[in-house]
Amino acid sequence: MCIAVPGQIKSIKGANPIELRGTVDFGGVERDIMLSFVPESRIGDWVLVHAGFAITIIDEDSARQTLREFDQILDESEPDGDAG
Amino acid sequence: MKFIDEYRDANAVKRLADKMASVVARDWTLMEICGGQTHAIVRFGIDELLPDKVTLVHGPGCPVCVTAALTIDTALDLAARPDVIFCSFGDMLRVPGSGKDLLTVRAQGGDVRTVYSPVDALAIAKDNPDKKVVFFAIGFETTAPTTAMAVYRAAQEHVANFSLLVSHVLVIPAMESILSSPEASIDGFLAAGHVCTVTGYYAYHAVAQKYNTPIVVTGFEPLDLMRGIYACVSQLEAGKSEVDNQYSRAVKPEGNLPALKMIDGVFEICDREWRGLGTIPASGLKLKQEYAHHDAELIFDLKPSVPEESTVCISGRILQGAAKPPQCPAFGTACTPEHPLGATMVSSEGACAAYFKYRLLSKR
Repeated sequence: MCIAVPGQIKSIKGANPIELRGTVDFGGVERDIMLSFVPESRIGDWVLVHAGFAITIIDEDSARQTLREFDQILDESEPDGDAG
Repeated sequence: MKFIDEYRDANAVKRLADKMASVVARDWTLMEICGGQTHAIVRFGIDELLPDKVTLVHGPGCPVCVTAALTIDTALDLAARPDVIFCSFGDMLRVPGSGKDLLTVRAQGGDVRTVYSPVDALAIAKDNPDKKVVFFAIGFETTAPTTAMAVYRAAQEHVANFSLLVSHVLVIPAMESILSSPEASIDGFLAAGHVCTVTGYYAYHAVAQKYNTPIVVTGFEPLDLMRGIYACVSQLEAGKSEVDNQYSRAVKPEGNLPALKMIDGVFEICDREWRGLGTIPASGLKLKQEYAHHDAELIFDLKPSVPEESTVCISGRILQGAAKPPQCPAFGTACTPEHPLGATMVSSEGACAAYFKYRLLSKR
């Protein structure tokens, strides 16, 4: 139900934030999406879309950082057992 | 980046599970409160990769599942009326009220339409001025701003034939209800990533502190889920109970301010009945008085009935983390996704339906 799907903004139309909408590309399938809740979004931004609305702009730096941190966790040396 | 595939590295997920096994010293029970996460956890077998000391239980995170049977009956009543076009998200169509569902009503001649977005229902109302168009507004805080926007625009544009049947629910009151229950013993929570996209996570600090429970904002892909679990277990092992954001690419601490403003402008907090759990105080949203002329419960003449619920089904205990689906005597026999007896089997995001699809069927 709370699933939100990532897509990339290809075009934006509308000046009034209430009616702000854009074309969002979901891996080759394009849909008309409301951008009212991400009025600062720009063409090329990746957004998470839920129920026809973009609900956040994906922070690409954070996305890469998460993957780097994951690698770091796995690369850390094994703990000495005194984890508590 | 595509923001999906990068987070599905099975080998990395397995390695993190192995690493968790080397750091976990005590038994811990974690709960997710998000049907999407429940579905992903069972689908990808995340729970089966975890060390024996770490148990995942599945909270009331599926808004389709927890929509009260009485509200479903109201939906069925409205959808069957000849002057009504009843619009809903697709996952509500198979949810049974007393004896039937919206698909049955459609088969019997009701004009029931599946929409992708609440604003699509508004467009249907504009195109059909001689009909009354009702949208079934269910969902957590993730969905509430989208229905709020639809009714806000209906009021702005004087679309008088558009109304909402509202059954929105809120996550934090459900968490507190579970933490206060004598039946459940939850050590830590995975907070639903997309709810937090809208709400942010400032409000979780008080919950973490009050109940001495770590809360980790978690995403939906296998790597996100394992990372959230690892972060939660690490806190528990270290004796911490803090709020941590492991889904920072989508969640800001303050949430989505335009979306929150839209919710606040249109809805107010109310008590809400949750299927399987009963009434939880201040756990729902209803339309404010100024939108009363778009509130289906006020503008239609409704005669509420008392829905019949199964006495065998243990979905209430499952939703509180006190039992798992296979412990129910009806699971997979009297109760299946085709003939669900209770909340957790009615939608694919319910814990019982997920276990049925990915555990029971795969072993038959």
